[in-house]
Amino acid sequence: MTPIRHVAGTAIPFGRKNVDTDVIIPAHWLKTITRTGLGRGAFETIRAEPGNIFDDPAYTGAQILIAGDNFGCGSSREHAAWALLDMGITCVLAPSFSDIFSGNAFKNGILTVCLPQDAIDRLMEVAKDHPIDIDLETQTVTTPFQDRFTFDIDPFRKACLLDGLDEVGLTLARDAAIRKHEAKISADLPFLAQAG
Amino acid sequence: MASTAKTLYEKIWNAHVVERRDDGTCLIWIDRHLVHEVTSPQAFEALRVAGRKVRRPDLTLAVPDHNLPTTARRDSAGLRIPIADPESAQQLAALERNAPEFGIRLIGDADAEQGIVHVVGPEQGFSLPGATIVCGDSHTACHGGLGALAFGIGTSEVEHVLATQTLLLKQSKTMEVRVEGDLGPGVTAKDVVLYICGVLGASGGTGYVIEYTGSAIRGLSVEGRLTVSNMAIEHGARAGLIAPDDKTIAYVEGRPYAPKGADWDKAVAWWRSLATDAGARYDRVVIIDAADIQPTVTWGTSPEDTGAIGGVVPDPASFADPSKQEAAQKSLAYMGLTAGQKLSEVEVQNVFIGSCTNSRIEDMRAAAAVVKGRQKAANVRWAIVVPGSGLVKAQAEAEGLDKIFIAAGIEWREPGCSACLAMNPDKVPAGERCASTSNRNFVGRQGPGARTHLVSPAMAAAAAVTGKLTDVRELIG
Repeated sequence: MTPIRHVAGTAIPFGRKNVDTDVIIPAHWLKTITRTGLGRGAFETIRAEPGNIFDDPAYTGAQILIAGDNFGCGSSREHAAWALLDMGITCVLAPSFSDIFSGNAFKNGILTVCLPQDAIDRLMEVAKDHPIDIDLETQTVTTPFQDRFTFDIDPFRKACLLDGLDEVGLTLARDAAIRKHEAKISADLPFLAQAG
Repeated sequence: MASTAKTLYEKIWNAHVVERRDDGTCLIWIDRHLVHEVTSPQAFEALRVAGRKVRRPDLTLAVPDHNLPTTARRDSAGLRIPIADPESAQQLAALERNAPEFGIRLIGDADAEQGIVHVVGPEQGFSLPGATIVCGDSHTACHGGLGALAFGIGTSEVEHVLATQTLLLKQSKTMEVRVEGDLGPGVTAKDVVLYICGVLGASGGTGYVIEYTGSAIRGLSVEGRLTVSNMAIEHGARAGLIAPDDKTIAYVEGRPYAPKGADWDKAVAWWRSLATDAGARYDRVVIIDAADIQPTVTWGTSPEDTGAIGGVVPDPASFADPSKQEAAQKSLAYMGLTAGQKLSEVEVQNVFIGSCTNSRIEDMRAAAAVVKGRQKAANVRWAIVVPGSGLVKAQAEAEGLDKIFIAAGIEWREPGCSACLAMNPDKVPAGERCASTSNRNFVGRQGPGARTHLVSPAMAAAAAVTGKLTDVRELIG
C-alpha cells in the first residue's frame, strides 16, 4: 500500500449525496480479474452526461474528491474503492461514508475524511478554482484562504495509512504469534490442523 | 460473578484466538478457506504484486462454480466446449492459473467432484464441525449447519487469509433461534428458514451469530441443517450455527478430507464437547413453534417477504413501518402482484431447483418424489434441475431421479450456481416468474426484470407440474 501523508492539489467538487457503489462502478464491471483498469468504468453513468464534472479539463489529474453525505452506500463491492484508486483518487472528503465503503477504501490506502456539512460546502466553493491541502499527520484540511478544518481518524487506521502498512503486512509481522497458535492447534486439534 | 458456561459460538471463537488487541479486535485463525473464481482473482493478483505466498495452501480448496454453464462442458472427444461469455471464461481461466501457481488444490470444471463450493466443502469432508471456515461469498454461512463457524468475506480479506491464514475480527453478539415441536407434513428445512426470515426480518440478525436450536432443528437431517444455516445471511447474521451431534458425526465420517484413525477419535470427542453449556447466555433469544410453520413462499423482493402458501399477498398499508409500506408497494409493482391475491393462484413460467441452499441429494429426492408420474405444466416454459455437485448428480442418476425429471419435461443439468444469480447463461426473462429453491429474491437477481418466488424443492416441483405456486400437501396427499 502506498503511504499517504499529505495530499495537495486539485479537488473535484462533486458534492452529490447518497452516491451508492453502483454509481461508483456499475455491476457489469464485476467480471474483471484485476483491481486495475476499473477507472474506465468509474462513474460511468454520470460520465455519459455531457459536460459532467469528471471529464471537465479543470479537474484533470485530481487526487481529491469532495462528495456529499453517505458516500459509498449500497453494495459491498470492493470494486468501488479500486475504481476510485484507478482514476487517481487517494482522498475523499464527505460529511459521512458508508461503513463498508470506508473499510474497503482504507484497505486500499484511500484516506476518507469526514467533515461537517458547512466545511464541505466551503471546500466545494474553494475547489472550483483553487487547490485543497490535506495533512494526515496533523489531521487538518487547509485552503489558500486561511481556512483550517481538523478531522478525526481511528489511530490504527492513521498509523497504517501514514506508513503504507496494509493489514496483510501488519499481520505478517505477527508471525511469531501465528506460529505459536499453529503449533497449539497441531497439538490440541490435529484434525483441524491439516485437511485430509 | 461471570458465568463460565459458554455458547457453541464462544467455544469455537476461543479455540481460534491467536491474539487479542487492546480494542477488543482479535486475530482469528482460519482452518479452511474455500475459493471460487469471482472474488479471488484480485486477491491472487495482490499476492503476486507484493511477492507474497499462500501461507497454508493445504488448508485452501479452489472450486469454480458461479460462471460455469450448466450445459455439457466437454464434447464427445473429451475436448473443452468454449464458454461463450469471454469475461466468464477469463474469470474461470484465472482460477485455473492461480490455483497451481500458488500450490492450491483445484477441483476443475470437468472433475466428478466439482460443484458449488458450499456443497463441495461438506461433501468432501473439507468443512468440519468446530472449524473456522471462510470464502469470498456471503452464503458461506451454509457450513454452520455442521457446527462450523463459517462466514463470507470481501476480496481484501480473501487476500489476508491467503497470506496469513488469519483474519482480524470483532466478536459478534449471540442469538438463539429455538424452533420447538414437530414439523408438519410437507414442511421442510427451507420452509423453516424462510419462516425465520419472516420473523426476524432481513436485518434482524445484523451483528449476531445465530445458533439454531430446538427439537425441530435437531430433527432435521444434516443436509436440512445446511439449508437453514445457508440463509442466516438473509436475516442479516454473518454466520449461523447448529450444534454437532450424532447425525453430524455420522455425516462427516469417511469423507475424503475427514480425519482418520486416532485423529478421528480426538475430533469426535472435541465435537461432542462443543454444544452450548446449560446456563450459557445468549444476547437475544427468539422462540418459534414448529406447528406455526406452513409450506412457505416469498411474495416480494426481500427474503423477509414471506407467507404461508394458503395465504394472500399482503396489503402494503398493513405494515406499521412507513418505510416498509413503501418498500412493499415497490415490491408488489416489481413482482406484478396485487394485495389480497391468493398466493396459490400465482402462475409461474419458470422453475429452478438448485443453488447452495437446495441442491443436495435429499433436495433432488424431494423434488423427484413430487414430479414422479406427472408432467411439467403447459404454461411452464423453462424448468431445470441443477444438482449441487457432480457427486450429487451421479447419486441422483444412480437412483433414477434424472429420468423422472426428464420424463416430466424438466431439464437435468451440470452442477453450478446457475440461475440463483444468473452470472452464467441460466437466466429468467424480464417480467416472468420463477419458483426457485435459491436464497435471494432481490430485484434482477435471476436476470434483469425477473420475478423470483423462493420455495422448497418439493414446492418448486409442485409448481412445475401445476404451473402455479401450489401447496405441495395437495399433491403428496
